[in-house]
Amino acid sequence: MPVVTYRDALNQALQEEMQRDDRVFLMGEEVGVYQGAYKVSKGLLQEFGEMRVVDTPITELGFAGVGVGAAMVGLRPIIEFMTWNFALLAMDQVVNSAAKMLYMSGGQFNIPIVFRGPNGAALQLSAQHSQAWESWLAHIPGLKVVAPGTPYDAKGLLKSAVRDDNPVIVLEGEMLYNTKGEVPAEEYLIPIGKAALKREGEHCSIITHGKMILVALQAADQLTKEGIRVDVLDLLSLRPMDVEAITASVRKTNRAVVLEEGWEIGGIGAQVVDYIQRECFDDLDAPIVRVHQVDVPMPYAKNLERAAKPDVPKTIAAVKKVMYLDQ
Amino acid sequence: MAKKKSESSVSTVPSPASSRAAGVAPSHTDLLRQMLLIRRFEERCAEAYALGKIGGFCHLYIGQEAVGVGAISALRADDYVISSYRDHGQALARGIPPRTIMAELFGRVDGCSKGKGGSMHLFDRNINFLGGHGIVGGHIPLATGVGFAIKYRGGDQVCLCFFGEAAVNNGAFHEALNMAALWKLPVIYLIENNRYGMGTALERASAINDIAERACSYDMPNEVVDGQDVLAVRDAVLRATQRARGEHTPTLLEVRTYRFMGHSMSDAASGTYRTKEELEEYMKRDPIIVLRTTMEKNGEWSDTAMTALDEELKAVAQDAWDFADASAEPAVEALTEDVYVW
Amino acid sequence: MATKVVMEALSPTMEEGRLVKWLKSEGDTVAKGDVLAEVETDKAVMELVARADGVLRTRLLDEGQTAPVGQLVGVIGAPNEDIAALIASQPAVASAPGAASAAAPAVAAPAIPAAPAVVAPPPTAESAARPTRLGNAAPKHQEPPLPPPSTEQAQHAQDNGGRPRSSPLARRLASDRGLDLQQLHGSGPGGRIVKRDIEAAVATATAQRPATAATPRREAAGDFADVPLTQLRKTIARRLAESIGPIPTFYLTSEIDLTRTAEMRQAMAAADTRLKVSFNDIILKAVATALARHPEVNAHWLGDRIRQFNRVHIGMAVAIDDGLITPVIFDADTKGLGDIAAESRELAARARDRKLAPEEYTGSTFSVSNLGMFGIDQFTAIINPPEAGIIAVGAVEDKPVVLDGAVTVRKRVRLTMSCDHRVIDGATGARFLQDLRRMLENPLLLVY
Repeated sequence: MPVVTYRDALNQALQEEMQRDDRVFLMGEEVGVYQGAYKVSKGLLQEFGEMRVVDTPITELGFAGVGVGAAMVGLRPIIEFMTWNFALLAMDQVVNSAAKMLYMSGGQFNIPIVFRGPNGAALQLSAQHSQAWESWLAHIPGLKVVAPGTPYDAKGLLKSAVRDDNPVIVLEGEMLYNTKGEVPAEEYLIPIGKAALKREGEHCSIITHGKMILVALQAADQLTKEGIRVDVLDLLSLRPMDVEAITASVRKTNRAVVLEEGWEIGGIGAQVVDYIQRECFDDLDAPIVRVHQVDVPMPYAKNLERAAKPDVPKTIAAVKKVMYLDQ
Repeated sequence: MAKKKSESSVSTVPSPASSRAAGVAPSHTDLLRQMLLIRRFEERCAEAYALGKIGGFCHLYIGQEAVGVGAISALRADDYVISSYRDHGQALARGIPPRTIMAELFGRVDGCSKGKGGSMHLFDRNINFLGGHGIVGGHIPLATGVGFAIKYRGGDQVCLCFFGEAAVNNGAFHEALNMAALWKLPVIYLIENNRYGMGTALERASAINDIAERACSYDMPNEVVDGQDVLAVRDAVLRATQRARGEHTPTLLEVRTYRFMGHSMSDAASGTYRTKEELEEYMKRDPIIVLRTTMEKNGEWSDTAMTALDEELKAVAQDAWDFADASAEPAVEALTEDVYVW
Repeated sequence: MATKVVMEALSPTMEEGRLVKWLKSEGDTVAKGDVLAEVETDKAVMELVARADGVLRTRLLDEGQTAPVGQLVGVIGAPNEDIAALIASQPAVASAPGAASAAAPAVAAPAIPAAPAVVAPPPTAESAARPTRLGNAAPKHQEPPLPPPSTEQAQHAQDNGGRPRSSPLARRLASDRGLDLQQLHGSGPGGRIVKRDIEAAVATATAQRPATAATPRREAAGDFADVPLTQLRKTIARRLAESIGPIPTFYLTSEIDLTRTAEMRQAMAAADTRLKVSFNDIILKAVATALARHPEVNAHWLGDRIRQFNRVHIGMAVAIDDGLITPVIFDADTKGLGDIAAESRELAARARDRKLAPEEYTGSTFSVSNLGMFGIDQFTAIINPPEAGIIAVGAVEDKPVVLDGAVTVRKRVRLTMSCDHRVIDGATGARFLQDLRRMLENPLLLVY
């Protein structure tokens, strides 16, 4: 199977979907002439022309709304945010326009749109550029939210997102674009709403999504050396969330660690924990432990940033805690 | 995909957009009929609101009828209309049946948005009415997007976007107009300058008072229009549509008008922010009176005919009320429908 | 001479104290100065200490209950001392509002432990009306009356409103297995009973011999008997060894009818999926049971003596990628089929993953090897020294056999025992196999 970068997997998805459906277009800052701030859209302007690969002014609210308007009348826009930190300016369009249109029009106007871009922290970008917004986005009925952590998942989910008739949020990762993985040469889709069990074990479930899947797998590897075998469940979709996969894993292991990049209060992990306590109360052998960013804006200094982020040691410690091995 | 609605069976007033061949001017009587319909319909809205049949926010259009009627009369059936939360007048002018609008206001299943949108969110896909939108300025970029889609497909339609003068101070306005001008999109941005953003006078909110001049920032054609004169509005929009269809050029129209009611049904018509005297002064230029004056001058006015028209439209409003009152509340199952297309 | 433990005035203004937590159990040996309990006074949580050496014979106040200063809350005495009279001579706990039950025959009569009789009963009209001897009939800030706890509760009451802390899973597992959480010790934070505590309790209960179950894998003096070699035995050993190699092995094969075992297995699986066991599990159980009855086979050759074991630790040969390892099911004869099934599965899995600790694959007294899954009809296994025998299990197959004069199809398996002739003679091995066969053909015998 070919090994490609996360960036190229996304590029393939964009190219294939734009070839397949001429209603699909890509719009955002630097997507065209510059070939993408992170080169995800490399070559697309040359192939599809400037009507379908549209460079915008720096105007997140504006071009997000342009996308929604175009979607109302039959196009299928892909709106790229250079990062989701900038997308806060567009939140009115994402929430009030894209997510609500179908409902408040009594089912008349669906919005087949994709909003995508890197989410969460990279390295030393400090407070305003290092934020994981999935809990905000997944909060909104009317949106679908996916967070692929591998090239395979990125391509399959982006293609599904483009074909979905609803607004779909695709959360990528700056630190993921260069990561590599196997991606089949033949076409495939990954259904939105299904989690994937990336590692099987029996002692504890690590439930995570997005780039934290890489942290979870490293933690799982190290734990295996100590004889602790964990399930690593990659949620992939945060809305709708695969509750069945969560409960199946926790029913098996009786213990859960929920790992996410964002902050604690009202985080995705809080929702996962809620599903677990509702569905698996009698299966729990220990209180669930969450691993997340420390409850502070992201600092700049290297050591402080490291301390703020969820990482492998924190995840391992959490697993040991729920296994009562920390005493 | 979302299902298409079919509402023709409940229409009691011919849709002006569909009954009028493109390019054939509507008669003054047609325009009067539209304005009077809005007036009579909204008078009943106020009554229904007082009786608790309509809830939430309800923003009336009374005093501004010439703007919606005149502007929409200049459009073709395949053009698009998008508006803010003060949308009853444009919805009626565009041709959403009074019955389904009133049912929507009553929160009933036969409403044009199935009772899920309410006063601020009237939609009708069949006639390209892209909704009333509730966030000030939020729908202006959507209009730009519709213009983008028209150009993307190589069409010659236009998108007419209504919003109040207070929205021009909002970033969305600037972002949307900049892109429309940059990309040459067929959009008509129509400011309904009724002088007050809720209770804040234009002069207290905008650094320039001739807000049509905002268009200069985008090198965009612009006009100031008398919004109480339905014919003037129509002519200005016609000129804008020609620019849009021919050259894919957007236009900014500042249409000066005045609302005779409070900002919404929960606000007083006058008081803290404007005087009764000011209101009465503006009411002398009621758009219906302005058109009547023209018609009298042209010998088109007959008291008998007009009385009959008025009675007819009162009956239409009553019919809408009765229809809405008889319509069922949405089934509880509808609560979770239309969140996603499956 | 027994010594009273009374509610002491632990602060200058204290009139009563609430017993927060007992730190000693009934039957514990205590020394003068040992902390017996934590008591909440009007100021703080203080320690109530022993005023004498001895055994804490009884505790007369439940955790969470309140007693006035001077109230008898326990007795320290010699192990066999009669303390009934002492208890009877004292007014009982007046902890619940007005719930003073004075010395009554019912209190004095039961022998220790008689906690239910002496802790506060629910208030009755009679008892409520009766003041305590010390006159603090209506102390302020009383706890509401508690229902009388069971004996177990009195002994194990914890600081969780009388309920032991436990995980939801532990509660469910305990309920499924009929275990009383009050009887369990929690190893989690704050004494929380967690899954592993339930598993330990199940293992203990299965092991029916609590004394050995506590240390299941440590060899103890009583676990075996060393048999001195007779001259004859020495000669046999030497000569046979010369004849065939270091271990003079002979082989006994027996074809066994597993039809009824198969029926039992099906019935168990149908009754409860958790009771799913393999033929091999049943054979392991039968071998273990037979070994318990035949210590002459359950033995090691130690060169200068034969060691016959009283405990049965079965080595279970597991094929792994580049060889073979033999994890041990300890005390297999005392374990239920379900436990053997679970343990063998778990051990095999970890064996294949190379996750076994050394103590998990050493210490077997006898071994079993099974190649039936490869379709091997029968084979001879090599003895794992110093063990004296190993049983090789072939495939379980449907075979035509003659039964009551007619040919019929039965489930059959061939077991071949390799025997170290220095330890096991032909007839010895044959008797063992006969016993084994009897059990496998009549599996109800396993439920002895």
